[in-house]
Amino acid sequence: MALPQRKQDATDTRLAAVTLPNGSAWLTKARNAALGRVSVMGLPARRDEYWRFTDPTTLVDAAAIDADVLPIEDNPEFSKNDALRVVFVDGVFDAAASDDLSLAGVTMTRLSQAEDITWAADLLGTLEERGQKPVERPLAALTTAMATDGLLIHVTGQAERAIHIRYDRKNVGADVSLHHVVKLDAGTTVTVLESGAGAARFASNMEVDVADGAAFHHVRAQGRDHGRRMNTHIFTRIGEGSTFKSFTLSVNGAMTRNDCIMEIVGDDATAHVSGACVGDGEGFHHDDTVFITHDAVGCESRQVFKKVLRNGAVGVFQGKILVKHGAQKTDGYQISQSLLLDGDSQFLAKPELEIYADDVACSHGSTSGAIDEDALFYLRSRGVPHKTATTLLTLSFLAEALQEIADEALAEDLRDRLAGWLDRHQH
Amino acid sequence: MLEIKGLKVDLEDEDKSILKGVDLTVPAGEVHAIMGPNGSGKSTMSYVLSGKDGYTVTGGTATLNGVDLLAMEPEERAAAGLFLAFQYPVEIPGVGNMTFLRTAVNAQRKARGEEELSAGDFLKEVRAKAKDLKIDAEMLKRPVNVGFSGGEKKRNEILQMAMLEPKMCILDETDSGLDVDAMKLVADGVNALRSEGRSFLVITHYQRLLDHIKPDVVHIMSNGRIIKSGGPELALEVEHNGYTDLLAEDA
Ligand SMILES: Nc1ncnc2c1ncn2[C@@H]1O[C@H](COP(=O)(O)OP(=O)(O)OP(=O)(O)O)[C@@H](O)[C@H]1O
Ligand SMILES: [Mg+2]
Repeated sequence: MALPQRKQDATDTRLAAVTLPNGSAWLTKARNAALGRVSVMGLPARRDEYWRFTDPTTLVDAAAIDADVLPIEDNPEFSKNDALRVVFVDGVFDAAASDDLSLAGVTMTRLSQAEDITWAADLLGTLEERGQKPVERPLAALTTAMATDGLLIHVTGQAERAIHIRYDRKNVGADVSLHHVVKLDAGTTVTVLESGAGAARFASNMEVDVADGAAFHHVRAQGRDHGRRMNTHIFTRIGEGSTFKSFTLSVNGAMTRNDCIMEIVGDDATAHVSGACVGDGEGFHHDDTVFITHDAVGCESRQVFKKVLRNGAVGVFQGKILVKHGAQKTDGYQISQSLLLDGDSQFLAKPELEIYADDVACSHGSTSGAIDEDALFYLRSRGVPHKTATTLLTLSFLAEALQEIADEALAEDLRDRLAGWLDRHQH
Repeated sequence: MLEIKGLKVDLEDEDKSILKGVDLTVPAGEVHAIMGPNGSGKSTMSYVLSGKDGYTVTGGTATLNGVDLLAMEPEERAAAGLFLAFQYPVEIPGVGNMTFLRTAVNAQRKARGEEELSAGDFLKEVRAKAKDLKIDAEMLKRPVNVGFSGGEKKRNEILQMAMLEPKMCILDETDSGLDVDAMKLVADGVNALRSEGRSFLVITHYQRLLDHIKPDVVHIMSNGRIIKSGGPELALEVEHNGYTDLLAEDA
């Protein structure tokens, strides 16, 4: 089907400005194929149904908008966690700041240095391409095409340590695309941590292939820079008896769109995706978009998203559970909630269920509320100051999402940062 | 200690007057009881004294040791020594009992310019006081009042009171929902805290609590006013005859 003329023109203009990075033949092939997908689908526009609540303009435009660089903290996220560290500064690999990429249980290479790696050649772009149905995600294809670097992680055993990818910033105007591919062999485990704002405009894909009985844990924190814009995609295929868990903390940022597309293809698997975000001011727009496909028997999925919004901040949640024919005994749970700290902020939610099996238990709920005045008074009547009481209640609101992080030390790290942010943002 | 003069209070959202000129003085070291029919304004008075939103004071004063209570924020009133044991303690999912108690104790200490309690000392103190009230350690680990039975909530109020060591304690129907043994425990908790520098205002419907906590004065509230004050025998009179005669006397 031909694209509407306006969309075709906008897409053509934008793609004409794209130069694909150099790389080995297989990579060039994958990039060209992805670019081809973009031109067929067309880039997202304000009127697209999937972008009803979030204006994609600043993510699509040829030029990125500058964003002030926040100095890097003394003690950035996850720095206390024992992990192999890989650092990108404005999307450029920083060898001096990074550890050697060797890790027991894992073989790792950078995308920009990849020669003939059969497993990666077979996988890169394929999960993204699968994820284009039934809903098109042209930005993800654009990222596959344009990504200059990233990690190709092949997990062949129990990864000895977590892999922590840190995205630092130096340049106010950097426009960055990265693409990671993670392949977990059967029965293996790995934890991948990501942190930092990454760039003025940061796009990333992560394709995760979780083979039978494997476990993938992912925790990320998207920095604190106010002006940064981000669009991220996670595509995962989840095998029999395996586990996929991903948690995202977003603080500040002008624009965030996090898409997570999960496909359960093996029986008795578990897929959990969750997130907490806190935003202050009209310049904050945060969108979590999730699509989970159950295509196997006896699987469990959970989506838990919590947003704290104040001073005109906007939060969006679009989440869909699709249970295919024969995906019996599916247990699907989805909750999205916002805590609006004033009357100016907004939460827009679109929860969806589409079920073609008869023996399933799926529930979803979405709520928007204010601080519980009775609880606030109770705390204050015990001498807890207004600000502290509000912080306590806000953290308690976020607790259900943070509980989704399996590793208590990681959860504690993020909880402390949230408490700090909340204290700074109370008036 | 607590001095209330001509206190008049309306609901903020409705054109309705609840307290119609309350006069009440509780001297230091004394225990006073308030009884009165449902809806007479007892809880409203305790909320207004502790600073809850939703009420408009249209007249009168309330002071704690000479300091104007009504001008302060709720947390300042608490730091000044006021404590209200709620008729309906609030459940706060997601906030741990211990975190809550420690935050409250240390916030009050800080507000008064005292040193904060160390984690170890705090823990020791809570454990000892919880044991006296037969509150088990598992309960303390749970979120504030979540999953507590009615009686457990009330005991938790007394634990908070014991930890915060306030000067002026208002107990709003702390006895309702307690079994006989628990009432004895709570009364023991209150009696242990009785001292020259601490006063109690005990709101109750039943004589039984007053058998354990001997009041110096009993007040009867009706329709937003104190209509009669007397000795402990007044509570016995209510127990036997109800409010009909007292109300008729007032009219
Ligand atoms: N927020 C409110 N909205 C409407 N009416 C209220 C509100 N708060 C109190 N009232 C009314 O004010 C009156 C006094 O209520 P209050 O709770 O103070 O009574 P009480 O003496 O504590 O009663 P009880 O013995 O039943 O606990 C009642 O008629 C009650 O319905
Ligand atoms: Mg009452």
